[in-house]
Amino acid sequence: MTLSVTVKHRFSGFDLDVGFDAPAGVTALFGRSGSGKTTVVQTIAGLLRPKAGQVTVNGTTLFDSATGVWVPPAKRRIGYVFQEGRLFPHLSVHQNLRYGAWFAKRRQGAASFDHVVDLLGIAPLLDRRPAALSGGEKQRVAIGRALLSAPDLLLMDEPLAALDESRKLEILPYLERLRDETAIPMIYVSHTVAEIARLATTIVVLNDGKMLCSGPASEVLGDPAIPFPLGVRGAGALLTAQVVAHHDDGLSELAIGAGRLYLPLINAAAGARIRVRIAAQDVVLATRKPDHISALNILKGTVAEVREGDGPGVMVSVEVDGQTVLARITRRSRDALGLRVGMTCYAITKSVAVARDDIGVSGV
Amino acid sequence: MDWLSPQEWDAVALSLRVSFWATLCSLPFGIFIAYALSRWQFWGKQALNGLVHLPLILPPVVTGYLLLLSFGTQAPLGGLLQNLGIVFAFRWTGAALAAAVMGFPLMVRAIRLSLDAVDPKLEQAAATLGASPLWIFVTVTLPLILPGVIVGTILGFAKAMGEFGATITFVSNIPGQTQTLPSAIYAFLQVPGGESSALRLVVVSLIVALSALILSELLAARVARKVRGT
Repeated sequence: MTLSVTVKHRFSGFDLDVGFDAPAGVTALFGRSGSGKTTVVQTIAGLLRPKAGQVTVNGTTLFDSATGVWVPPAKRRIGYVFQEGRLFPHLSVHQNLRYGAWFAKRRQGAASFDHVVDLLGIAPLLDRRPAALSGGEKQRVAIGRALLSAPDLLLMDEPLAALDESRKLEILPYLERLRDETAIPMIYVSHTVAEIARLATTIVVLNDGKMLCSGPASEVLGDPAIPFPLGVRGAGALLTAQVVAHHDDGLSELAIGAGRLYLPLINAAAGARIRVRIAAQDVVLATRKPDHISALNILKGTVAEVREGDGPGVMVSVEVDGQTVLARITRRSRDALGLRVGMTCYAITKSVAVARDDIGVSGV
Repeated sequence: MDWLSPQEWDAVALSLRVSFWATLCSLPFGIFIAYALSRWQFWGKQALNGLVHLPLILPPVVTGYLLLLSFGTQAPLGGLLQNLGIVFAFRWTGAALAAAVMGFPLMVRAIRLSLDAVDPKLEQAAATLGASPLWIFVTVTLPLILPGVIVGTILGFAKAMGEFGATITFVSNIPGQTQTLPSAIYAFLQVPGGESSALRLVVVSLIVALSALILSELLAARVARKVRGT
């Protein structure tokens, strides 16, 4: 499946001009609030008709301002999970889930009701009313309702933004299962790097109504050249690692090529591939292998790029067995170590610096 | 029921019949106009809004006279309808029309208020799930505005029961034909010794009005609870 979108729209004091193609998998639309993400997904769903643009899904044109093509939202077969859930308050959870399925009953390829209920763990909620659900439960039901309408494409507009941290951690595994167990491509809108690092296969970065860059998740997140819209504090590389073993002292051992990572216990079997985001500001560099140090994770690699910004810091990309680790250090440290491209160096991280929501099962 | 004389009983039965049909027939129009005023932007919206509310601010006698001018058998519109077999002037149907017109603004206001409170985002969500605009209205909007529809219906019914000025101007005060409860009370007060009849009808009016009010409160509260899902 492919989605192709271009949108040109003018709001008061704000111009949106974006165009991108989304391949199969999860395409994250990333950018801070007001960068135009929601306008783009509303255009795809047909809830907003921009001045100019075009939307094509699987070769079917849904909107084209040049030829005047406009398919109404009800006929687009595009599922939409809203930030606030938008469950129908007068219907039970069961009726909410069946709502879209009822209109889609003549369509092929609808997911089975039982499978979706099981996938999202909402069987105990079926007889309740939306008013009696927690925020996290509401979002799971909303996702199920969209899935059961047999969509060709699923849009998720910041589905976790209204939830607190523990609720987000509750839902993220369901989203990963959705990505890995269903074939429905997703557009996932977010302004949180951690969510995107866990879920995205492709990332499209928007800033002030323009597209900054797009590409595979690990490339976009690991590219030191991208002036991240959230600033350097949001920068961090995405690594794929394999679970080797779980240890009695509460640590899991992961392999990245020949290197080893030790992280707080991960809920995945040995052999499983997982993705870990390591924030650039949590990485220390050394030119000689350090010993007598409390940090457990020492990855040997080669300096691939050193990029200066406007401030006192520099972003260093270190290549470790074909993957990139980003480190943000000061210019003073770079000069003291004499870091240059091609040098061997060691990237060091504390195990406890990696947050729980930065670790996810791999979808790549 | 021999505590009411045949003439008094006729007036009560006629009023109930007039109010029932006036409310039932104006409800679909009331919902449609309320929806248009709440959701659509169109040319002449303020004019339509004013027209709907006109009976609320005009003297009822004026409204009745305007109805007579439009729907009398001599008027073009009345003549046209007469050819189709529909006659309003000096018939109970005319009393129903007058009652419907007078109760319409109250009905539309109540329904429009509840429509304004429905989140259009829920309707958008229904559209993304494959529901056409008509289905969205039937499955989402209508259930959510049901408490307002009930209140609007009862208000319209109560107004119809009490309507006097427009009715007496439009269809006069013919016992058994167009003499509704208020018209009958008025007529009894005009003749010597009619006070006791008038008083009995006043008691009936009170009972009907209070029952309607209590019923609407109970029903609306129950439906609202169901709609909110608590």
